[in-house]
Amino acid sequence: MTDFAAPKNLRTGAGQRADWRLMLLMGSFCLCYAAVVLNMGLLAATDPTEPVIGDSASKGRPVRGEIIDRDGNLLAANLPAWSLYAHPHVMKDPIKVANALDRIFPDIDRETLLKKLTGQRRFAWIKRPVTPRERQLVHDLGFPGLHFGNREIRIYPAGHSMAHIVGSVRAEREDVRYTELTGSAGIEKHFDARLRDPELAGQPVRLALDLPVQQAVRAVLEDGMERLTAKGASAVLMKVRTGEVVSMVSLPDFDPNAKPVFFRGKAEDSPRFNRAAQGRYELGSTFKVLTAAMAIEAGVVNAETMIQTPSQLKYGRHRIGESHRMPAQMSVENIVVKSSNVGSAKLAMMIGTRRFKEYLEQLGMFDPSGLELAESAKAKPLLPPYWTDLSSMTISFGHGLAASPIHLAAAYATLANDGLRVRPTLLSGPQAPGERVFSKETSREMLRIMRQVSVRGTARRGDVPGFDIGGKTGTAEKIGARGGYDRNRVISTFASVFPTSDPEYVLIVSLDEPTDRSGRKPVRTAGRTAVPVAAEIVRRVTPLLDMRPRLAPVTEAPLTLNTGAE
Amino acid sequence: MMRHGLALLALTIIAIAGWAYSVNYNTMTAFDRVRELRGQIAEEREALQVLRVEWAWLNAPDRLQRLTEQFASQLQLVPLVPDVLSHTAIVPFPEDPATIVGIAPVIDRTGLIPVPVSRPAAWRAE
Repeated sequence: MTDFAAPKNLRTGAGQRADWRLMLLMGSFCLCYAAVVLNMGLLAATDPTEPVIGDSASKGRPVRGEIIDRDGNLLAANLPAWSLYAHPHVMKDPIKVANALDRIFPDIDRETLLKKLTGQRRFAWIKRPVTPRERQLVHDLGFPGLHFGNREIRIYPAGHSMAHIVGSVRAEREDVRYTELTGSAGIEKHFDARLRDPELAGQPVRLALDLPVQQAVRAVLEDGMERLTAKGASAVLMKVRTGEVVSMVSLPDFDPNAKPVFFRGKAEDSPRFNRAAQGRYELGSTFKVLTAAMAIEAGVVNAETMIQTPSQLKYGRHRIGESHRMPAQMSVENIVVKSSNVGSAKLAMMIGTRRFKEYLEQLGMFDPSGLELAESAKAKPLLPPYWTDLSSMTISFGHGLAASPIHLAAAYATLANDGLRVRPTLLSGPQAPGERVFSKETSREMLRIMRQVSVRGTARRGDVPGFDIGGKTGTAEKIGARGGYDRNRVISTFASVFPTSDPEYVLIVSLDEPTDRSGRKPVRTAGRTAVPVAAEIVRRVTPLLDMRPRLAPVTEAPLTLNTGAE
Repeated sequence: MMRHGLALLALTIIAIAGWAYSVNYNTMTAFDRVRELRGQIAEEREALQVLRVEWAWLNAPDRLQRLTEQFASQLQLVPLVPDVLSHTAIVPFPEDPATIVGIAPVIDRTGLIPVPVSRPAAWRAE
């Protein structure tokens, strides 16, 4: 029996233990599931809240990045502001509200306001943005149904002087909680994605421009424009070594903080049009410097080579003439200094159309300037549709190719930068050196010739003692209403480099339809219009750029004895 | 023995519960404080931003120019032009002309500049 019972006892003991184990396992599983279910329930039941202790404190409304100049002056910033909206259905007396609001905001039409408030709509914008004073006045009314939404407004403290560069923004998506601003012109449009990036909101976009310099250039240019009764003017001041645009002014300009007004007339005459980066003009004789540099670089001539310059050059049916009498034979240097069209055309022929085009392309005359503005991306120079030898001849003295002043500044900077390509930029900071276009010797030779233009050529009025200005004038007649060129309407340009002994800056000044009436006869040539304005700009700007006049080196230092007694 | 153990356990549980309660409320007040401070910081930031923009606005070149023109008679400011700048090396030493023995070329970063040279003091003693 015991033999029989023992295994039975054993079996029941094992069975009890197995049951217990099973229960334990089930229990623990149930507990696990209960924990999961409980946790899920807890998550579902509680309100989602932002973690109070987060990693960054600056989360919230999207903020657009700022724009500053090279010294950190604010050019574009944000201000918190409000927009006024209404819930008409909670208003007791909409007509009374409309009358009261009409008194606070005289610029809102009363009829449309009434229509908004008395209609079936449950929501209506009334005014965006609202100033703090207006907000207080609306608060004082104490009417129900009027609410304020948060928004940001963009402020341009630099005002007129930077208007064309910073551009503008418009409200893309408007909400009661915030407004999304999108760039619609200038830097604001070109760097829109960068300025909107919340990661980079704390880092402003630093431009190469210098606000005090910009203001000085604008003041001088505006003065010159008024005095010469020009209808427009532009100036570009660029660093030779880096291509940084330190100043870029286009007149007439506008107040970027005011509401845009509709402009009637041609787009090129609008104050919003950027003449320096967007405008394309035939820049006249300023191209002769480039032609001469190409001819010297190509090795077909040197500065002293004599060229036959008859008073007229015939090419097929076309004739190329001079603006004033020239000697029958001139050196390459004098072709630039005295500004001979025939001489330049002959140089272009010696270079050959294929090489001439290659050089122009290397100088960036075939592409948009690459400046960081939304407008300049579309400003591709206007080239002749069919490029013949005649095109090369006329382009050699600046007719037949229309480029922006920025293009010209970049080409002159390339020439002055020992012949290394300079690409214009509005951003501050060093750039990778460009490829070689001209040799160092050509660059030196052309700087010497450009200096001669100021010493004994057409730009004598542009010489500022101590700054060795060198450059080239250009007076291009505008295309008249009936085709052909109009003698009385010119674009006069002075393209200059200073100091020529060690080039630091390129300055391009261009005036649209200037007339100097100080003398007996009205004069329109660049030497009397653009050049004096450029000289004044150099005088005003160089102290701001921390440049000192360079004294003429003492060639001989005589040791004189001062006895004092005599 | 068992009874003592149970009493101790109950006391421990009460103590822990009390501690957890206080920690919970301390955390909540700390959160409230953080939220309050965040709000203050945001307000201060906004005020800072407004002041920064106002500063830039009051120093706007257009405004400064208008003001200098308006108060020209009191301020008597003139535009800075290169004619008023010079080099320190050009300024002659305030010496007795009799002691100047000659003019020496001095190399400045801008070129050679003639500078009057006077006899060293040791010579003058003779």
